[in-house]
Amino acid sequence: MQAPAASMNSLKNGPDDRGRFGTFGGQFVAETLMPLVQALDATYQAAKKDPTFWEELHYYFKHYIGRPSPLWHAKRLSDELGGARIYLKREELNHTGSHKLNNVMGQILLARRMGKTRIVAETGAGQHGVATATVCALFGMSCTIYMGATDVARQKPNVFRMKLLGAEVRPVTAGAGTLKDAMNEAMRDWVAHVADTYFLVGTVAGPHPYPAMVRDFQAVIGIETKEQILEAEGRLPDVIVAAIGGGSNAMGIFHPFLDDKDVRLVGVEAAGRGLDSGETAASISRGRSGVLHGNRTYLLQDEDGQILEAHSISAGLDYPGIGPEHAWLHEVGRAEYVSVTDVQALEAFQLLTRTEGIISALECAHGLAYVAQIAPHMSEKDIIVLNLSGRGDKDIDTVAHHLGTKL
Amino acid sequence: MSRIEKRFAQLKAAGRGALIPYLEAFDPDRETSLALLKAMPSNGADLIEIGVPFSDPSADGPTIQKAALRGLKAGATLSGVLEMVQSFREEEDETPIILMGYLNPIDSYGAEAFCRDASACGVDGLIIVDLPVEEADFIMPHAQRYGLDIIRLIAPNTPESRLHFLTAQASGFLYYVSVTGVTGTRTASHEELAAALPRIRAVSPLPIAIGFGIRTPAQAAIAVRTGDAAVVASSLISTLEETLLDGRATARTLPSILQQLKAISEAVHQSAKSRVDGD
Repeated sequence: MQAPAASMNSLKNGPDDRGRFGTFGGQFVAETLMPLVQALDATYQAAKKDPTFWEELHYYFKHYIGRPSPLWHAKRLSDELGGARIYLKREELNHTGSHKLNNVMGQILLARRMGKTRIVAETGAGQHGVATATVCALFGMSCTIYMGATDVARQKPNVFRMKLLGAEVRPVTAGAGTLKDAMNEAMRDWVAHVADTYFLVGTVAGPHPYPAMVRDFQAVIGIETKEQILEAEGRLPDVIVAAIGGGSNAMGIFHPFLDDKDVRLVGVEAAGRGLDSGETAASISRGRSGVLHGNRTYLLQDEDGQILEAHSISAGLDYPGIGPEHAWLHEVGRAEYVSVTDVQALEAFQLLTRTEGIISALECAHGLAYVAQIAPHMSEKDIIVLNLSGRGDKDIDTVAHHLGTKL
Repeated sequence: MSRIEKRFAQLKAAGRGALIPYLEAFDPDRETSLALLKAMPSNGADLIEIGVPFSDPSADGPTIQKAALRGLKAGATLSGVLEMVQSFREEEDETPIILMGYLNPIDSYGAEAFCRDASACGVDGLIIVDLPVEEADFIMPHAQRYGLDIIRLIAPNTPESRLHFLTAQASGFLYYVSVTGVTGTRTASHEELAAALPRIRAVSPLPIAIGFGIRTPAQAAIAVRTGDAAVVASSLISTLEETLLDGRATARTLPSILQQLKAISEAVHQSAKSRVDGD
């Protein structure tokens, strides 16, 4: 196994040597952090070319994470919706219950290469936090997770899991106490502990090389999907759908397909209470270009450039930005970005549970809600792949609350 | 000659170190922070750093974070901050003003328009926390055109090779972030500063301001013994915070900060004198 290959005139070539995808990306960090991101870039560039690094990663992918994850033909769901044949890429079957572990495993191996002994990370819903705490337990590293106080309150099971795994969970009360604020706090910690600390970013955002590096680790999803769909159907899918917060699961499944022009790539943002409700997380639909957390990308912001709080029923999606490569794919028109509301996601969540016996994360329910919109208008010959990036155990309380049930 | 250049030349001739106090614009309201700004020069400020409130100040400690939040609540915008500087300039044309903030509000305003307006309002220099030299082309041509200095930050972990790169096209002064960390936390010792500063002096003739973690008159005095200027921020803001009642300024607010500012400036100016005397 190797880093995804790129070639001349390929959409897969980004970022450039300044860490940019078109005008997006870059390295917008304080001077104290520049030596760190540059050292990380050098380490990653070296590791990328080192077959032993990928062999080691593949070993953990197979024997610890449980890869490859299945590509499931969801027949009952397809029948219920009528129309296209729907496949689910089952990342929720990974150890710890989401795609997050793919990236985390890659980065922890790099942190070890760099001789770091302490890991800090930010988390929203807790999926990334749990994955990070897991590899820290596995490799005996000290682990500090920053999580917005609001998210700590609404994601109790994941907070408990992180603590069981030996991590220290620090609630962040600044701002609205959600993912963006946790990200700020993790960056402050990193600035203060530059010598021994590795910042383990959970999505395809942040200063270069994070967006490219996280994408490369997640690209295993798309690489497997390609092989699996060719085996099952003898051809590539017509549409690939994935939910977008920061966008790591989407980037992971999109990337190996970027040069396959006939495959539609659709990222589904969280519209929250509606695109124009003022309570949304749809940074492409309702944001504009700006700079936050080390990169230039689409951001939800006011006229004066102050960052707005995002809202979504899913704690994993309420981030006011998006990975810079998505911003670029949107601008060049290679991927489409749509949105669905909290209510639509809740309906899709229940639909999947009833038809396939799979309780998905609320994040992926957003993707499914869009699939449910388009599938009926497609023919039985058409193929849709949905990246089912996480399982919904963590969201049971939230869903019960919205359905008026008390657990 | 720019105001910054002129001020450092004057200080050098007088054998004095500089005190650069910091205030967060619109903290806790526009009137109070403008009054504070206007009173600073006569109470010992040699240059003044004004923080531009931002929603996500990821390199600042809790004190400045809270100040920024108060400023935003009071209606701070980037153009509002520029108007504040303009009001100050109507009465005072000597003391250099440096704006410190994050990139996104400037990006939102437009880099060129911002440099034009900032210069017209009497701003002399900019410190943009999340704009490293690698990305500086975003603003450099406009800053040069309108005569604004982009103040370069140097950190304790800045490697030797990078020092040359950082200082190559620097102007105004250099800002030495004396500790790796957020604002208002640990303080660098005299020994640490004495070891770090010659490294920078060797590559650049520009004055060096030392910031982050300078809280007391004694610490400020130590900073100007090795550097050329001391930046005091969080400790002045803490004083302001202590005088607030329900988040609003009281009769004690201005006098308390100015008294502290005076005490620090006396220590700074004493210390510099003893340096001239051959300490």
